[in-house]
Amino acid sequence: MQKLKLVVVGNGMAGMRTVEELLKISPDFYEITVFGDEPYPNYNRIMLSPVLANEQTIDDIILNSREWYAANNITLHTGARINKIDRKNRVVYAENGTSAEYDRLLLATGSKPFMPPIPGKELEGVLGYRDIKDTNDMIDAAKNYKHAVVIGGGLLGLEAANGLKIQGMEVTVVHKNEWLLEKQLDKTAGKMLQKNLEAKGLNFLLNKNTEHIIGNENGRVKAVRFTDGLEISADLLVMAVGIRPNFALAESAGIYCNKGIVVNDTMQTYDPRIYAVGECVAHRGISYGLVAPLFEMAKVCANHLANFGIGLYKGSVTSTKLKVTGIDLFSAGDFSSNEEDGREEIVLHDAVGGVYKKLVIKNDKIIGSVLYGDTTDGSWYFQMLRDGKAIHEIRDHLMFGQDSLGNTGHAGQNKAAAMTDEMEVCGCNGVCKGTIVKAIQDQGLFTIDDVKKQTKAGSSCGSCVGLVEQILASTLGGGYAPPSTSKAVCGCTEKNHEEVRAEIRTQKYLNIPDVMKGMGWRTSNGCATCRPALNYYLISTWPHEAKDDPQSRFINERVHANIQKDGTYSVVPRMYGGVTTPDQLRKIADVADKYAVPMVKVTGGQRIDLFGVKKEDLVDMWADLDMPSGYAYGKSIRTVKTCVGAEFCRFGTQNSTQLGIDIEKAFDHMWAPHKVKFAVSGCPRNCAESGIKDVGIIGVDSGWEMYVGGNGGIKTEAAQFLCKVKTAEEVLEYSGAFIQIYREEARYLDRTVHWIERVGLEYVKQRVLEDAEGRKAAYERLLYALQGAVDPWGERVQKRDQHKEFETITI
Amino acid sequence: MSNWVKVAPFDEFPKLGSRVVRTKNKDNADIEIGVFRTEDDRIFAINNLCPHKGGPLSQGIVYGDKVACPLHSWKISLVDGKAEEPDVGETACFKTKVEDGIVYLELKD
Repeated sequence: MQKLKLVVVGNGMAGMRTVEELLKISPDFYEITVFGDEPYPNYNRIMLSPVLANEQTIDDIILNSREWYAANNITLHTGARINKIDRKNRVVYAENGTSAEYDRLLLATGSKPFMPPIPGKELEGVLGYRDIKDTNDMIDAAKNYKHAVVIGGGLLGLEAANGLKIQGMEVTVVHKNEWLLEKQLDKTAGKMLQKNLEAKGLNFLLNKNTEHIIGNENGRVKAVRFTDGLEISADLLVMAVGIRPNFALAESAGIYCNKGIVVNDTMQTYDPRIYAVGECVAHRGISYGLVAPLFEMAKVCANHLANFGIGLYKGSVTSTKLKVTGIDLFSAGDFSSNEEDGREEIVLHDAVGGVYKKLVIKNDKIIGSVLYGDTTDGSWYFQMLRDGKAIHEIRDHLMFGQDSLGNTGHAGQNKAAAMTDEMEVCGCNGVCKGTIVKAIQDQGLFTIDDVKKQTKAGSSCGSCVGLVEQILASTLGGGYAPPSTSKAVCGCTEKNHEEVRAEIRTQKYLNIPDVMKGMGWRTSNGCATCRPALNYYLISTWPHEAKDDPQSRFINERVHANIQKDGTYSVVPRMYGGVTTPDQLRKIADVADKYAVPMVKVTGGQRIDLFGVKKEDLVDMWADLDMPSGYAYGKSIRTVKTCVGAEFCRFGTQNSTQLGIDIEKAFDHMWAPHKVKFAVSGCPRNCAESGIKDVGIIGVDSGWEMYVGGNGGIKTEAAQFLCKVKTAEEVLEYSGAFIQIYREEARYLDRTVHWIERVGLEYVKQRVLEDAEGRKAAYERLLYALQGAVDPWGERVQKRDQHKEFETITI
Repeated sequence: MSNWVKVAPFDEFPKLGSRVVRTKNKDNADIEIGVFRTEDDRIFAINNLCPHKGGPLSQGIVYGDKVACPLHSWKISLVDGKAEEPDVGETACFKTKVEDGIVYLELKD
């Protein structure tokens, strides 16, 4: 097939990110040509400030080397500014005479510094701050001149001022507002920032408007005069009052522009062959000047360029950080004070310690935050803001950060900055901090997924992802945007878990191929991530109707045993409530002897595990055992752990063992988004450890207390009190309803704690406690789903001829 | 010299699944080969050992022309035995053919 021609105008971060996304999903679709007006390959523009501050070099910030373009068969023209688009003949022309034909054109022309119409702005020594050339000009000026004036006390202006100071100049920042960074900070934080920067040796003139720029006899700037008559010396003047989308090229070609190139939610301009991304764009009337939105646009745009036709860009909420070493500042959302429209503020202010935090809350959600001096929780607040998470349950701890939420695991928030390069971050894969930082810098990584992929850190058990995220955030500075938690199921689709679940229900899909076809999967049979999720969603949504697909299950669930590191399996028969008999034990001992089982171990779930069993022996062993499967291998009900209870225990108040057996029998064979563990204790001494189970039940004199969402895994989570009921029947109904709603609404691989964290315990209480009819109906749905379920071991023993998969072929 | 060996009827290989074939190599040592059937009914054979930690690849989830190792989810290509980036590693491949509904495997003498 003849490849289509894609021409990209603009060799910056947005354009190249789009190309990278496109290469990832559809590497052979286009013959790609890139034009850039700068003489460099694509570099990380947000890192220009560290270059000016002598913290990095130009080489450090190159994102895609010339070799990368060559390796991906991309024709790169640097130093080639496009000045004409011939839309009729589909050709672009560069000033240097080069031209290129296109089938699709991508405009990523970025922005340019806004130069206010002040007399004298054309003098030598008056600069904007946008690219490598400007940066080099500033570094050169610092060698020969003394007085620098920066007009504009915004992010860019302050970063420029800080850099020029480090380059050895006397720097004055002129700002027309009452405090610095008025778009990002409130007055209190702005004043704290000013104080810190003054301590670093910067001078500030606030509430000043520039009247004109005075030149010397050689045509170079020499002074600046303000409207109030004040005049100060200036050998270098940097204009940093804002940026403007660069859309002159598009406008000259007759493409509709309105303060930017106007695009729809697929990043398409009014010419359907022409797309635009990045700072040059006006999307729903907004132009973005930060990197995170550009990346979101790039992803959507690449998807449409590859003709997948899914994914919409719906605008971004942005956050900012100031890249001045030693100053921690973070802001996001809308933080202006306005109590009349129902906004509430939580403020923590330690003037001496230099810490200021403000959260703005409306309708139980964070809508804005300003952090100064301690920004470790910035990403956490930002994530809650983007996800619109209800906060009333954690409100009293909110201000003290994520660490204050009783996190006994090692999620690692706040630790990143204090770590040395040699310290290990990911215990599963042995990755230390230095390796991660180096990968982020050398390979230009911007997302958690990139870091996981390239370094493996956080890709196994996931307990260090918080720490990896911190490292990413502190390495990238303002370039980092935490991902929203509602992400796509996997690389095969744009749809997130909730969308997939909803469509399975509304379209009544009953098998995986129909889901994939109906929802536009990119791959013909998915991948090892989406298939198990889809299989679970289908069988949990349409019990008895959807077809279970063994090939979409992980090996353990396919062969009903747990695979071990050497390829052998472990076998755990069910012992309801952890109660066994001498006969059972004798049988297990005989089987262990007969198959020469290398290890027999008592599990944490009060049963017996036979290790080192060969796959081809599994069915024979099950036949000899004649006990049901314990589902110790499944995303399913595992065990109901019990204490001995009132039958024997002198403290026992309730018959916990019997209730445990009843629950385990009632919910036997139940598949779930992840494993589900129960425990029943007979008195508040809680010997069955009900506090760390998905559903923990504790007998008290007058009935049973129920706790939900506990977890003893990677991150220990104490279960939360749900309710107290009187009878064992009620325990079954309430816990069954809770588990059924979890089964119907959680994402695949969510434990109950993760699901509750997202929807809130209030929601669970409303569904299980307040809505009595709903509870009964949910419990009925669970019982219906489990109706007629059979023991998988017994079934395999009976139908052993149909499972050739267990037989090895010898040749 | 090549040596085509009859394995089993094509129908006994589950779609998006595999069978394990045990045989001897030229040093007379036991080896295991995973023989896979993709959704579009192609048959592939690769050494039943993941280049990462020796996991039995035949037990993994098959998708496209890849298999995900059951131990740590490395993605191994059934076509050339190579691990998907960023993992690095390779496992041996064997040629296969299907004639008259029977799967054959090429073993080297």
